[in-house]
Amino acid sequence: MSEHIQAALERPSLIAFVVLFLCGFFVMTTNSNMIKKLIGIYLLQTSVLLLLVTIGVKQNAASVPILTEKHIESPETIAPAAYVNPLPHVLTLTAIVVQVATLGVSLALVAAIYRKYGSLDENEVLQRIE
Amino acid sequence: MIEAHDSLIVRSAGKLLIPLSQLFALYVLFFGQYGPGGGFAGGVILGTSFLLAVLVLGPQAPPCRLAHQLEHGDGIGLMIFVGVGGLCLIGGGTFLDYSNLQIPGWNDEERRSLGIVLTQIGVAADIAVTALSIVFSLGQHHSQEASHE
Amino acid sequence: MMDWFEIALVILLITTAVGVIRVKTLISAVLILACYSFLMAVVWAQLGAVDVAFVEAVVGAGLSTVLFLLTLFRARAKDTQLRRTPTPLVALLGLPLLGFVLLYAIAPLYPDGQDGQPLRPASTHVADAYLQESYKATKTPNVVTAVLMDYRAFDTLIETGVIFTAGIACALLLRSHSE
Repeated sequence: MSEHIQAALERPSLIAFVVLFLCGFFVMTTNSNMIKKLIGIYLLQTSVLLLLVTIGVKQNAASVPILTEKHIESPETIAPAAYVNPLPHVLTLTAIVVQVATLGVSLALVAAIYRKYGSLDENEVLQRIE
Repeated sequence: MIEAHDSLIVRSAGKLLIPLSQLFALYVLFFGQYGPGGGFAGGVILGTSFLLAVLVLGPQAPPCRLAHQLEHGDGIGLMIFVGVGGLCLIGGGTFLDYSNLQIPGWNDEERRSLGIVLTQIGVAADIAVTALSIVFSLGQHHSQEASHE
Repeated sequence: MMDWFEIALVILLITTAVGVIRVKTLISAVLILACYSFLMAVVWAQLGAVDVAFVEAVVGAGLSTVLFLLTLFRARAKDTQLRRTPTPLVALLGLPLLGFVLLYAIAPLYPDGQDGQPLRPASTHVADAYLQESYKATKTPNVVTAVLMDYRAFDTLIETGVIFTAGIACALLLRSHSE
């Protein structure tokens, strides 16, 4: 188990994923302001997308997944080790756009709650409901 | 209430930047096949250029009438996407299999390339109109509150 | 030797995230979040994901900041000042434990074999076929666009449906029909 963790620690992006995940989780669960919770959810989502992109990186300086002209002329000579894995990028693109759509809906919900109860703090809103 | 901006510098700079950013959005959309970009980025840039026009020039200015008419057309992008899939069904194959689009004289790869461009236009239209619509929904109640008091 | 660049970016990213947590007013937190999005876009471009960096720079740093600021402009000033509550002890003990569990869980996703490539589960089955076959089948040099719009077109179709539903949901929640 420890050599797995040591191999994971060699790549700085994986440490960044763990730290940002913990930051987002902390903000989301311990703040009582609703918009601060949404900021925490945003941090959480972007950290998971960082993990998705990192597991597609190849080791010896592979290039961007856009085919160069040399490989367009002769498609048989494409070596998959020379290009970064394109599949996590596809999933990440979908996830980013869905993230902003759900952010819009949650902000609309917070705005509607503020209009009705007059406060952004969830403890005060719970008191005013009763 | 969103009004036109007071400063002349901001208005003139806006009048220069807005057509430039729309042109850039179309470039990003159509060159998504040859470089980074594609439908998502092009659609969001197009939506934010309309939003910049409304914020800088005011909602009643002539360039912004188009934005107000577009804000209710959310479903156009989804209809374009499903329409391309339906055309593939009509052509005799399965849903969203672009090699069945009936265009005379083209082989399979060019038909797939055309199918990718058409669906990217659909996605960009959907995202542009939805971004504009969400921003108008979030900004609208402010004007209603101000008018009630 | 680009490792130092990646380490510097990661340190900046973590500093910005801690800044988002500790700052006292909500508007400052939202603006630092925009800066965090830009730094994340640079990290993605450095890792080789240029399409993702493009979309994140436009959507994350542009559109989501606008949405946050529009919601904050309706609130009165006293509601956007944040109180510093004491952190519960459960959080201080439980979060490092969660960190270790996460590290243990993601370690098999990134193994270091002899030459690295064939052991990784994300690269074994279909990704090599996409890189080799996509130009012959679709004639587009950008492999990510070809995979997104041709091989995985159903995902993109349903995602377009999700965006449409989000726009309709916002309109239903906030627009009143008293015209």
